Amino acid sequence: MSTATASPTLPAVTPGGDDGPLVEYRFIRWHLAAAGVSILITMVAGFLYSLQFLGYYPFSGSALSPGHIRLIHTNFAAYGFLVNGFTGMTYYVIPRLTGYRVWSKKLGYFIFFAWQAILLFAFLGYLFDKAQAIEWGETPTGFRPGTFELNWVPVDLLVAVGAVCVILQFMVPLYKARRQRYYVTLWYFTAGYIWLALTYLMGNIIPEWVLPGTAGAAVTGLFIHDLVGLYVTPMGWGLMYFFVPLILKKPIWSHSLSVIGFWALAFFYPMGGVHHFLISPIPDYVEFGAISTTIAIEVVVTTVVVNFFMTLKGKYSTLRTSIPIRWFYAGAIYYFITCLQCSFHTTWRFQKIIHFTDWVPGHAHMIMYGTFSFWLFGVIDWLWPRVTKREWASNSLRSWHFWLSTLGITIMFLTLTMSGLIHGFMQRELNPWMDIIDMSVPFWYVRTFAGGLMLSGLMCGLWNMWRTAHHDVPYVEEEHYASDALDPAPTGAA
Amino acid sequence: MERFHTVFFAAGLGCFALAFILCLIFPWMSLKKYHGMDYAGWDEITRAERITPEFHQLAERYPEAFAQSFGEVGPESYREALQLGRDLYVGQACWHCHSQFVRVVSNEEQRFGKPSNAQEYQNVLNQPHLWGTRRVGPDLTREGGKRPNDWHVAHFIQPKNVTPGSVMPSYHYWFEADGTPKKEGFAIISYIQWLGSDRVYRDTHPEEFDVD
Repeated sequence: MSTATASPTLPAVTPGGDDGPLVEYRFIRWHLAAAGVSILITMVAGFLYSLQFLGYYPFSGSALSPGHIRLIHTNFAAYGFLVNGFTGMTYYVIPRLTGYRVWSKKLGYFIFFAWQAILLFAFLGYLFDKAQAIEWGETPTGFRPGTFELNWVPVDLLVAVGAVCVILQFMVPLYKARRQRYYVTLWYFTAGYIWLALTYLMGNIIPEWVLPGTAGAAVTGLFIHDLVGLYVTPMGWGLMYFFVPLILKKPIWSHSLSVIGFWALAFFYPMGGVHHFLISPIPDYVEFGAISTTIAIEVVVTTVVVNFFMTLKGKYSTLRTSIPIRWFYAGAIYYFITCLQCSFHTTWRFQKIIHFTDWVPGHAHMIMYGTFSFWLFGVIDWLWPRVTKREWASNSLRSWHFWLSTLGITIMFLTLTMSGLIHGFMQRELNPWMDIIDMSVPFWYVRTFAGGLMLSGLMCGLWNMWRTAHHDVPYVEEEHYASDALDPAPTGAA
Repeated sequence: MERFHTVFFAAGLGCFALAFILCLIFPWMSLKKYHGMDYAGWDEITRAERITPEFHQLAERYPEAFAQSFGEVGPESYREALQLGRDLYVGQACWHCHSQFVRVVSNEEQRFGKPSNAQEYQNVLNQPHLWGTRRVGPDLTREGGKRPNDWHVAHFIQPKNVTPGSVMPSYHYWFEADGTPKKEGFAIISYIQWLGSDRVYRDTHPEEFDVD
């Protein structure tokens, strides 16, 4: 089964031109800028929240109470940073790969402003206690729980409309290109957007209006899991399959492996959903099913990561010369570590110790920040000069962003994993609860320090983006990227 | 290749649907079969016999403030208090630091009480459930009736005064300066004191329920 496309004949591209015939650079710029603002909000919120655990939280007792700040932290990471970032990049990738423009410019404006309105009303909703009790889907339903009385802007409904618009925007060029063979990135993107809409509707409606309690918990587990596995992961890998060959100027190592990776993800990933609530009232056979598919995913992940690293073979020096490649491969290492960790800690033997402890936030930060945010930062690093038509203002700031982030996330992962393990054993050995908290505090100081490193790295990155957009050194596109060779599909590979 | 597009598209949706059936429809069917899973709506939860003694005690302890916030003790006022209490619990994201399920492992039975079963979440106040995923504070499944209302008042106003070293935020703004609860204070305490009471009521009144 070969899906490798022969290069589709691309229309002439005016690189950087605002009225370029193919790519709407304006939307990329806007979405990336919104992603930048969102990640700043996310990380400032996370940093502030960590201060609560040290007793220094500055806004206690106001609308910005620690609980609200946590909602802002997790939801802006997902719906602010990742969704804006992925949408911006899709505006670049899909037209380049299909040779057709996105469906409509007007719809593009609508999607952008609707999405920022969603973020704004979600933000305000959290401050006014309107969050929904769905983990990672706390975006307000706008209805009183379980009823249809409106008490806030129905953000969930807006998200559903927004998701349908995004699907239309990007599926129209895909439909027009249906006579071509799709490159693996397009498989991932198509599936990712459609799954996003389905997942979002399923997770936000069923536990609240259809199935309460335990059966609803199975759905929320599936929802958290699908959001990562069926939206963030496909989008992330889609970007990697596009940008890595593009920057390395060589095809991906094996196209068969990339397609196997896609279908294995589609088949195994969603079935692992229940592993978020193990040793719970959910029937054991469902838990065992979730555990075994989760372990199966590890096999798939290994093939994907091998494919990814074999592509780098012979080009190792790029890790030194190209900052995007450095982000991508650092992210891939974290990805592999997280997935390996996952195949162990999904078992009951690990679960009984590590569930409910700091181990879990350590794992979550490693995957959402260490992998997917790293990949987005890498793609932003590559795209930003091209969409602003200006050379990067400072190369050393780009490096600072990378190294501070890497150091920060590594320290944070280690400290949370360690305190999580100790917490788990102390809980089992029936130590008084306050002993567990006293034990954790030193680790939480290290976490705040690590968060500070990550935040300062981000400041370097954002300050650099801002300066780049406002200075006068034009960006000159390399010959390679300006021509038809833009298409990363292999010439010659199977 | 293009003639397979439809097949692939259906396969992609099929994977999603398969997971949906395995992770959701199947557990629901077996829970229904083996546990009955009768649903307790507001009418059932707020029946006069099921109003917790702590709710009555709140009304006796702060007669004026309670009357001002909720009127008389009864199904209507109990429902209003529980609903508001749960809204606050969700809105303040309490459930991100306090779990609501007791597992059969890690000696949790000794620390927190009876392990959770599926039936006790089958009610309007678990729609959606509030199991949580992290325990910065202890599990609250069996919290109802464990501590007196006065403890909760003092604890909500300043957790550190009651439990030195606690990292829980203070919710003093739900209480007057002299410690009398405002409407929010009554509501959150009513909700916390309700937790686990459904299980207790079922265990003590087996004749009212169809239990195998």
